[in-house]
Amino acid sequence: MFHIHCPYCEELREEEEFHPKGQAHIARPADPEACSDEAWGDYLFFRDNPRGIHHELWVHAIGCRKFFNITRNTVTYEILETYKMGEQPAITAESLASTEKLAGVQVAGGGQQTVGASDSAVKDSRGAKV
Amino acid sequence: MTRNAQQSNRLAQGGRIDRARTLSFTFNGKRYSGHAGDTLASALLANGVDIVNRSFKYSRPRGIVAAGAEEPNALVQLGSTEAAQVPNVRATQQALFDGLTAQSTNGWPNVQRDVMSLVGKLGGRFMPPGFYYKTFMAPASMWMTYEKYIRKGAGLGRSPMERDPDSYDHLHQHCDLLVVGAGPAGLSAALTAARSGARVILCDEQEEMGGSLLDSRELLDHQPAAQWAERVVAELAALDNVTLLPRTTANGYHDHHFVTLHERRTEHLGETAPLVDGYRPARSRMHRVRAGQVLLATGAHERPLVYGNNDVPGNLLAGAVSTYIRRYGVVPGNKLVLSTSNDHAYRAALDWNDAGREVVAIVDARKSPDGELVEQARALGIRVIAGSAVLEAKGSNRVNGARVATIDAEAFKVTGQAETLECDTIASSGGYSPVIHLASHTGARPTWNDEILGFVPGLVKGVHAAGSARGLHDLAEGLADGITMASRALDSLGRSAKAIELPQVDARREGAACALYHVPHEKPTLRGPKQFVDLQNDVTAAAIEVATREGFESIEHVKRYTAMGFGTDQGKLGNINGMAIAARCLGKSIPEVGTTVFRPNYTPVTFGAIAGRHCRELFDPERYTALHQWHVEHGAEFEDVGQWKRPWYFPKRVNGKLETLDEAVARECLAVRQGVGVLDASTLGKIDIQGPDAREFLGRVYTNKWAKLAPGRVRYGLMCKDDGMLMDDGTTSCLGENHFLMTTTTGGAAGVMEWLELWHQTEWPELQVYFTSVTDHWATITVTGPEARKLLAEITDIDLDKEQFTFMDWREGKVAEVPARVFRISFTGELAYEINVQANYAMHVWQTLFAHGEKYDLTPYGTETMHVLRAEKGLIIAGQDTDGSVTPEDLGMQWAVGYDKPFAWIGKRALSRPDTRRVDRKQLVGLKPRDPKVVLEEGAQIVLDPDHAIPMPMVGHVTSSYYSAILGHGIALAVVKGGHNRMGETVYLPMVDGQVHEAEIVSNVFYDPKGERQHV
Repeated sequence: MFHIHCPYCEELREEEEFHPKGQAHIARPADPEACSDEAWGDYLFFRDNPRGIHHELWVHAIGCRKFFNITRNTVTYEILETYKMGEQPAITAESLASTEKLAGVQVAGGGQQTVGASDSAVKDSRGAKV
Repeated sequence: MTRNAQQSNRLAQGGRIDRARTLSFTFNGKRYSGHAGDTLASALLANGVDIVNRSFKYSRPRGIVAAGAEEPNALVQLGSTEAAQVPNVRATQQALFDGLTAQSTNGWPNVQRDVMSLVGKLGGRFMPPGFYYKTFMAPASMWMTYEKYIRKGAGLGRSPMERDPDSYDHLHQHCDLLVVGAGPAGLSAALTAARSGARVILCDEQEEMGGSLLDSRELLDHQPAAQWAERVVAELAALDNVTLLPRTTANGYHDHHFVTLHERRTEHLGETAPLVDGYRPARSRMHRVRAGQVLLATGAHERPLVYGNNDVPGNLLAGAVSTYIRRYGVVPGNKLVLSTSNDHAYRAALDWNDAGREVVAIVDARKSPDGELVEQARALGIRVIAGSAVLEAKGSNRVNGARVATIDAEAFKVTGQAETLECDTIASSGGYSPVIHLASHTGARPTWNDEILGFVPGLVKGVHAAGSARGLHDLAEGLADGITMASRALDSLGRSAKAIELPQVDARREGAACALYHVPHEKPTLRGPKQFVDLQNDVTAAAIEVATREGFESIEHVKRYTAMGFGTDQGKLGNINGMAIAARCLGKSIPEVGTTVFRPNYTPVTFGAIAGRHCRELFDPERYTALHQWHVEHGAEFEDVGQWKRPWYFPKRVNGKLETLDEAVARECLAVRQGVGVLDASTLGKIDIQGPDAREFLGRVYTNKWAKLAPGRVRYGLMCKDDGMLMDDGTTSCLGENHFLMTTTTGGAAGVMEWLELWHQTEWPELQVYFTSVTDHWATITVTGPEARKLLAEITDIDLDKEQFTFMDWREGKVAEVPARVFRISFTGELAYEINVQANYAMHVWQTLFAHGEKYDLTPYGTETMHVLRAEKGLIIAGQDTDGSVTPEDLGMQWAVGYDKPFAWIGKRALSRPDTRRVDRKQLVGLKPRDPKVVLEEGAQIVLDPDHAIPMPMVGHVTSSYYSAILGHGIALAVVKGGHNRMGETVYLPMVDGQVHEAEIVSNVFYDPKGERQHV
């Protein structure tokens, strides 16, 4: 069971209070009528299913009722950050890969043992972005 | 008669039992006695009980092998009464109490004389893996029958058939550091963290904290190790920042340091919780711990060696022998042969010798063992046979000898002439496997460590292992490691560790262990005596050889084919040996073969503890409307709608007989159509929407138009998802220019609320609009029928004139003297008023209605009548007539779709996708059965040609179906491919019983097609 930091309540709360709502940053096309059927179909039905870093939309359903985003490792289930609607993630698969490369840390194929290794990289990427 | 005389294996002194307290217990119908401090296992061994069970597959006699959680054989069924039955309790973990009643889990008619052993023999000398499937395969239809009898013969315990008299609790806990295991490393870690001021939870599965220190030969500060453990536990117990949980198993590690701890509070006292001051305390608790850091000091399990007939009672783990002697004062035999690959196990022989019984020989697989303990044994005159192993145990119901020979472990060969040693006990040790189960629950893969010949846990961030759990089996090292790892955990928490002083441990020189898992035999594995790898699941070395020969190369496949590591055992004793055998057969190393993963739970957890208080009436909350009590008093039958209890119908007593559902519903329907009825509609979802952009927002989430809805007016709306499919419907009333009240379906209320928030927060945060759920604040009373106006007029100050208060208007005023909103909307097709009052006034209003309603024969009706009445009018219920694949157009509700609204409202774009434009989509129609007596089955499939060969092309299905009392025939709503263009066509509904119903496709509006009645 996840322990999730609600960026609005600014507290770690139990997963029971939250609902997952799928992939984050899926913006509705500004002019749906101008979309081709294919583009509209992509918006409606197609989602990523990455092994590793994933940005997800969650809602603090039995709390403040606010929607927010989570950057989560789908292999380790580690939650690397949570951030408010309208904000961009500080950590992405790309940022993580490049900082780990710089730090000389080898990223194995998403294995558990990379969790500890990622830790320093996560800190670095935060420092770099902020 | 003194029972103590029976305890033939009990030593006169020693152990941590209380000889002054004698306890009586029953095993397989026979009475025995033991002492306070015993486990059921130690008491059985004290009484010389050799056979405690029959094996799962071969039905071979089995005895006690281990002294803890890793015990595979001694599974018992506890309980003297039906309600107190507990299956699959390991006798090694069950504290003895007076009056304990236990049965062997397996064995019929009893463990001494077992019928199923015949099956074991019928299966030949060797029952291959998959025996039952291969033998009882044909005909396939008979498997269910075979299985019933096989399971009866082989089953593992049974659950009670009566209600559990005990209660169970869940506790939510938080701590800085959770320490699992109170052995040497766990205690030093907990003490370090506790003295540093951290909030610590220390749990241990045993009756007493101390782990291996409780039966260790080692001295700490020149005193028995147990004394140091007692001092540390006493100090921890006195600290406010420490929670000590003995008899508590950390059964599962879940995400983000969420660990479940199963605390057994009364199972050492009796089979049900004893009464304390007239009430029963909870039998067990599940602590749901969210820890900052987790330290696993779970120790190690000794690995038995795999040799011939290693399952005959009298074969034990070396460490278990020491535990029974030193902790319980029980020597489980008279003449011991020890077969070992390491120095550590020599302690068993030394303890046996100390107890004054004969050590026949120590058989050591190493060519030249030379550690300090080896020298001690030799100095005591014990025969040490080097470079050898026990090949095979002799005896059937109890060991009576051991065949010993020199072996070449690397070449997997017996190299010398075998010698048979007379003995009644064989203790074996093939090394020590760190208990990595909890760490495995995190998903982290363990890694093989060649130095300790075992897997050490893979660890995720914030989880630490200390001592034996990560292969540091030396006592001094383990104690120090507890401090190191606790300091590391504290560091991660931003705390600094305060150093603690460690007790002095006498350094002991130990020789290196050798790798020995499967002992070779003169005969090939398949022809020699059975060599058991997994005792609980009866998996032999031969079975694993066969599995690899049949092409199962992955250890996960070998596991599933042979059942190794299944059951309540989860491979505690057998897994590494099994992997080693698979590795040898496949010509690989153990790390190359890899390990299977362990899943929760570490040991079985009773369902009571998992459920806690979330059972019976507390399983799921029940929601009652403000009028619930009236419904109960008036004999309503209830229907569950989500968590709500809604009146389903109100059966009347007619001529002394209670009406059936059909009778009551027919009466209620006619009352509404011809007089006046009343419905408690309070469960409808209600959302108060306010803000300058409320109107704009409604226009975006509903398919129809809201721009011109004036205050005082109500409109029906359809809500779609962006794929164009209907998700919910309801009316929304304009309360003021910037203020609306939305209603939703009862079941959809929470989902719609979240849906509105989703769009507002993620797509249109610039809109100023606010949503508040007011479902529970307002009660809704629907008064409907031709007489509704007359009745309501008697108790309201609102002008009900049909020109002033028209259909789809709402008015504010007083009803029965209390403030009310009255909405003129209709879900029945009749004249109808929905009265909303503050929920706590509802009963008063309801009763006032009935006081005035008697002369109109005011009839309360329930959800079933509501369904019939709306179906007669062709009104849909979202979720019943729709299923997430139905558009407003499929429903023929184009009138509620604002095609020309300026904003691309949710669902609009999807309506022009090729798929939603198909003309053969399933469309909502009415069905009128040709036979007026027939009520079609909901869900029945519709075909066009009943004579078509099976499979027939199916063109739709029935979504709602009822008998209409006012029309005198059955009616149904259905979705049919291209249905809107099939009016008047005949369709067929073949039923399971061979009948084929015939029905005509008609308009979905069966009654009052012009809709005049609601406008009167």
